[in-house]
Amino acid sequence: MTVALEVKGVNKRFGGLQALNDVNLLVDEGRIHAIIGPNGAGKSTLLNCFVGRLNPDSGTVIFDGKNLIGRLPHQINQAGVSRVFQTPEIFGELSVIENVMIPALAHRDGIFELNALKPLRREKDIRDKAVDVLDDLGMADKLDMNAASMSRGDKRRLEMAMGLVQEPKLLLLDEPTAGMSRADTNNTIDVLKHIGESRGITMIIIEHDMHVVFSLANKISVLAQGTVIAEDAPENIKGNPKVQEAYLGGAH
Amino acid sequence: MLGLSRNDFLMLLFVLVLVAAAPIILNPFPEGSNFAQFNAGYPDLMQRFVIFGIFAIGFNILFGLTGYLSFGHAAFLGAGSYAGVWMLKLLTINVIPAIIISTVVAGIFSLFIGFISLRRSGIYFSILTLAFAQMSFALAASVLTPITGGETGLQTALNDPRVLDGGATGGNIPAPSLFGLEMGHSWKVAVGDWIWTFNVGYYLCAFVLLIVFYIAIRIFRSPFGMMLKAIKSNSQRLSYTGISPRPYTLAAFVISGMYAGLAGGLMVAMDPLAGPERMQWTASGEVVLMSILGGVGTLVGPVLGAGIIKYFENIFSKINDGLLHQWFSFMPDGIENVIVGIIHPFVGKGWHLSLGLMFMLVVIFLPGGLVGGINGLFRRLFRRRSQ
Repeated sequence: MTVALEVKGVNKRFGGLQALNDVNLLVDEGRIHAIIGPNGAGKSTLLNCFVGRLNPDSGTVIFDGKNLIGRLPHQINQAGVSRVFQTPEIFGELSVIENVMIPALAHRDGIFELNALKPLRREKDIRDKAVDVLDDLGMADKLDMNAASMSRGDKRRLEMAMGLVQEPKLLLLDEPTAGMSRADTNNTIDVLKHIGESRGITMIIIEHDMHVVFSLANKISVLAQGTVIAEDAPENIKGNPKVQEAYLGGAH
Repeated sequence: MLGLSRNDFLMLLFVLVLVAAAPIILNPFPEGSNFAQFNAGYPDLMQRFVIFGIFAIGFNILFGLTGYLSFGHAAFLGAGSYAGVWMLKLLTINVIPAIIISTVVAGIFSLFIGFISLRRSGIYFSILTLAFAQMSFALAASVLTPITGGETGLQTALNDPRVLDGGATGGNIPAPSLFGLEMGHSWKVAVGDWIWTFNVGYYLCAFVLLIVFYIAIRIFRSPFGMMLKAIKSNSQRLSYTGISPRPYTLAAFVISGMYAGLAGGLMVAMDPLAGPERMQWTASGEVVLMSILGGVGTLVGPVLGAGIIKYFENIFSKINDGLLHQWFSFMPDGIENVIVGIIHPFVGKGWHLSLGLMFMLVVIFLPGGLVGGINGLFRRLFRRRSQ
């Protein structure tokens, strides 16, 4: 099986706190890889290192044969890595459909395109693509709503649409179902599973909800105090004594 | 139509009718009446309405869409003005090259200033643009005197080369013209007690306004315009979406700089004189006020704001005590004096006070500016009717 993302020896220190301590990960292509761990284990810090929000003190993150460390966020995105944020980071003043058309345009046109005189209405392909993704996520009736006025769960789904519309090679999901109802969570699981399988998108998912993790993941890495303490198939993770120790707080 | 949606086309048509009929609309009071003072339909002021409207439309493309508040846009207006006068001096008294070159020069100038200033955002960006504009102002008034004419300013002279026109011919300094049609030329039409002035220069400016207003609509409704709005909303997020915000903000900065340069070029086409005070920070601040007053991020707002500020500056400032006494002379003496005493600080030299109060009211009660307020009113009326 080919490796989509290879993380080697990543360290990150914030003052006196060693947030990431020699983290190594191998993410298989076309699979869903979950990263779990107690609060403060360094999961979001690790994702931030993948997308250029943070620069680790040492280590490499190889994607598609290229090191992502030191690259700018928009360059990493253009290389095929999209991120769905934990707290929804959307364009609040714009409509739902515009929020999804922006990443779709970025995917097609690259980091900059001076199409200042072309009417947005003429971008039918982009619009259709955005509508399709929103439809998959059950938001087809909210296209013209103002993004800021939506519920938290809807904002999470919008975030996901913004990631999916780019047809990324690697999709990073930071607690995608937090704040969603059970029904929406199950729908999201189905959508991610379906898209992951049909388009072969590699996904890394950070999640606290074990129902989501065990429904989706092909492989699970457990992070505790900045270190990967276990990496295995889902069925083997539950019985791992190290993992139980970390979650029960007896790690010291 | 013209690549616009129905509503946008109607808006363009509305502005077209408004500027075409401005000499009539702005002169609602018959000549010699008590209120003739409030007539604004004379060429000089109408030209200023339209030129500052262009300046504000351009400024709004930067400030309204991206949220980057430039405090130095007058520098581009000034640079455009100087470039324009030089074209009138060196090339030809025809205004077309002057207007085009002013736009181009301001565009190059804004590319340079924008490239440096846009390394920062928020207040730091504003301070950088302010610093650049004040430097330009100081340079224009001192060391660059050979190019700018120093504090006295730059103007056309009889012995200018005017290569395309064949140089000096004696007689008077030629007035700027459009293929022989002088900018200052006016036709006066008297209908009853009303006198309407149709001025060549005004209609040239109005024509240019319509073109650049149309371009502004297209920019607002384009994918590019949507990216600019996304920068204002969440520039960080945009970069995680694969868009580099820098070239977008720089493009918006240069476009708005070119609008400013165009306004400067039109100013010297109307009156071939450019001084350094055109670059001063007060001039930069004025266009900020125009945008906020009319409605930041709206299309018509900046034009409306420019019109109101120029109206106050030129009309309210001319109302003196003598005039006030004349208006209220029908009242008993004591009351008349009290009323005139109350109104006095708000008009004449105190016109800034009325403008300031109006500005405060708009900012507090109508955060979307006057156009935002009008839109809200219509929406409320419409909703009530549809219920």
